[in-house]
Amino acid sequence: MDLQELLEMGKQERDRQDLKQTRIRCCTAAGCLSSGAAAVKNSLEAAVTVANLEDSVEVCGVGCLRFCGRGALVEIDPHRILYEEVTAENAPAIISALSGEERNQEGLPVQGDRQHPFFALQMPIVLENSGKIDPERIEEYIAVGGYQQLHHVLMEMTPQEVIEEIAKSGLRGRGGGGYPTGLKWATVAKMPKGQKYVVCNADEGDPGAFMDRSVLESDPHRILEGMAIAGYAVGANYGYIYVRAEYPLAIKRLEKAIQQAKKYELLGSQIFDSTFDFKIDIRVGAGAFVCGEETALIASIEGKRGNPRPRPPYPAESGLWECPTLINNVETLANIVPIIREGSDWYASIGTENSKGTKVFALTGKVCNTGLIEVPMGTTVRQIVEEMGGGVPDSGTVKAVQTGGPSGGCIPAEFFDTPVDYESLLKLGTMMGSGGAIVMDENTSMVEIARFYMEFCRGESCGKCVPCRAGTVQLYELLSKFLDQQATHADLEKLKALSYMVKETSLCGLGISAPNPILSTLRYFSEEYEELIQQDSLNGKVTV
Amino acid sequence: MQSIATETKNREAKSTDHKKTQVDKRFKTLDITIKRNHYRQDALIEILHKAQESFGYLEPEVLSHVAKQLKLPLSRVYGVATFYQLFSLKPSGVHSCVVCLGTACYVKGSDRVLTAIEKELKIHVGETTPDGNVSLMTARCLGACGIAPAVVFDGAVAGKQEPEMAVIKVKTWQEDKE
Repeated sequence: MDLQELLEMGKQERDRQDLKQTRIRCCTAAGCLSSGAAAVKNSLEAAVTVANLEDSVEVCGVGCLRFCGRGALVEIDPHRILYEEVTAENAPAIISALSGEERNQEGLPVQGDRQHPFFALQMPIVLENSGKIDPERIEEYIAVGGYQQLHHVLMEMTPQEVIEEIAKSGLRGRGGGGYPTGLKWATVAKMPKGQKYVVCNADEGDPGAFMDRSVLESDPHRILEGMAIAGYAVGANYGYIYVRAEYPLAIKRLEKAIQQAKKYELLGSQIFDSTFDFKIDIRVGAGAFVCGEETALIASIEGKRGNPRPRPPYPAESGLWECPTLINNVETLANIVPIIREGSDWYASIGTENSKGTKVFALTGKVCNTGLIEVPMGTTVRQIVEEMGGGVPDSGTVKAVQTGGPSGGCIPAEFFDTPVDYESLLKLGTMMGSGGAIVMDENTSMVEIARFYMEFCRGESCGKCVPCRAGTVQLYELLSKFLDQQATHADLEKLKALSYMVKETSLCGLGISAPNPILSTLRYFSEEYEELIQQDSLNGKVTV
Repeated sequence: MQSIATETKNREAKSTDHKKTQVDKRFKTLDITIKRNHYRQDALIEILHKAQESFGYLEPEVLSHVAKQLKLPLSRVYGVATFYQLFSLKPSGVHSCVVCLGTACYVKGSDRVLTAIEKELKIHVGETTPDGNVSLMTARCLGACGIAPAVVFDGAVAGKQEPEMAVIKVKTWQEDKE
């Protein structure tokens, strides 16, 4: 495959699409599939056949259309009409409405409002192709310019230049840590020549987060291209994608994407007739949250128990099979292609001073509009929850938003004007995390949420180090004591002391961040703990 | 490159295994998977996934077979099988019901759904009904948060579940059996 062939292939696909006046795009991401999207797509295809419109109408499956809470979603080009909560019975009505006949409102599903802030405030970079292209056809990815950046990098840039470009863009790790991506790449590139690896961390374990899953299901080739560019930059010729077994559809689409890319020689040996080889393999996890931690993930790829090990040496020096290994999160790698395409200055112009670009959030919980949003860094929490999310259903009041999963904390309503970026969330005692944003209303007990997360960490602790193995159990017991209204003021002190101890002395990120939900709720909602305390002889408030 | 000696040893091991498992085609499928992974020890998790697919759960015989084939100590194979949540060492029921306890589902009341099902089936999470009909499990997050609370009935995700809805579904399984 050379550039000429690649461009020709893209042109052919565009011409093919242009032949049809109308393109009906059905969301086939996991959320909509659970809402019956497969039947919707089949019945739409049947309805097109019945109406004899095969020559002018195309029905295709695409990735996530964002508004997951109102699935199954269908969008119709060229007018971008969005239908929500579509069922198979709606198909004939949708097709007859196409031909401009008397718009029969009977049998038509609800029409979505594309101007609603939920869509209007989004800025798709990572998700630019999501919902537009069929993730199972490489031709469609190539038609929107796919693999051209890989060609550009291989032919016209040195690895050093690629790393500089990524560093200048200000991209930071989207797995939650926020480590500068350019710096990470440079560290791996500086290691002596020899076997190196690129690993894509798709072990999205935070409960309540599904950003990475959507990217993998909607635009798998972008991850492959991003990994290949990363491989070229750091001098690696082999990549692994570590995916959770809970995401079967993402695994299926990735496998398909890898096969197609191999077939067209966009992965494999001597890509674009250069001297660069790059192969990608998938490794499937088996249900362990700790495997999102990079050293545990490496152990798991090697077929061992997912036990973390002390760092240093960092994986960048000694990772997979003791070779230098670059580990990036899915969303980080999804940002690579647009940065190379549009340039680092463009990327650096989006976002805040220290947090560049956009962030994808999975907006869920007690909120009217649940789904996937991609907003520029610096968007306020209020805009996300109240404008885009539409607030709490049944005009309830928002109490807090939980970010960062079991390692994060909550943002109480009084801080909703905070712009979302790495530093300001840390200041609030929470963290960016991978992108779960769970809205809680006044009926949610924060102590119960803290216990819920502690139960999660207790079950997911790998058992290697004592503070985490025993500490999470004791913290859970203490929280249960509160919820059973058996706790005293002394228990509150113990809870705090133990939280800090687990935080300070655990081996890996799981234990270090496990007490965060407790500390965060103690900081903002200490009165909820107070209310649960038995009246004991100790009077006097505990200040937090 | 495997030396001739190890190959003969392999063949011998295979032949004794073969006698034991002649009746069981599932071992053959497993052996094909192992071969496809070139007997590589780092493919252990992939192989266990496949084994669980064809056997339903990881019986002790399967674990020792895998250990022998990959030349790994049984302790390591057992260690990996017990570390990861998705590997099961007990047979599961005819039907499976997995309640998502991810945060989004939890906030929307999936714990109530779970309690209702537990009450209906008179079993706890991780158990199978005495008649071997239904296994009840929980998941940490299915990524179906947009349609929380989610429950997976026999591999099909159902969204926006109320306790009553889920109980009705489980009841039909119990009735079908009768």
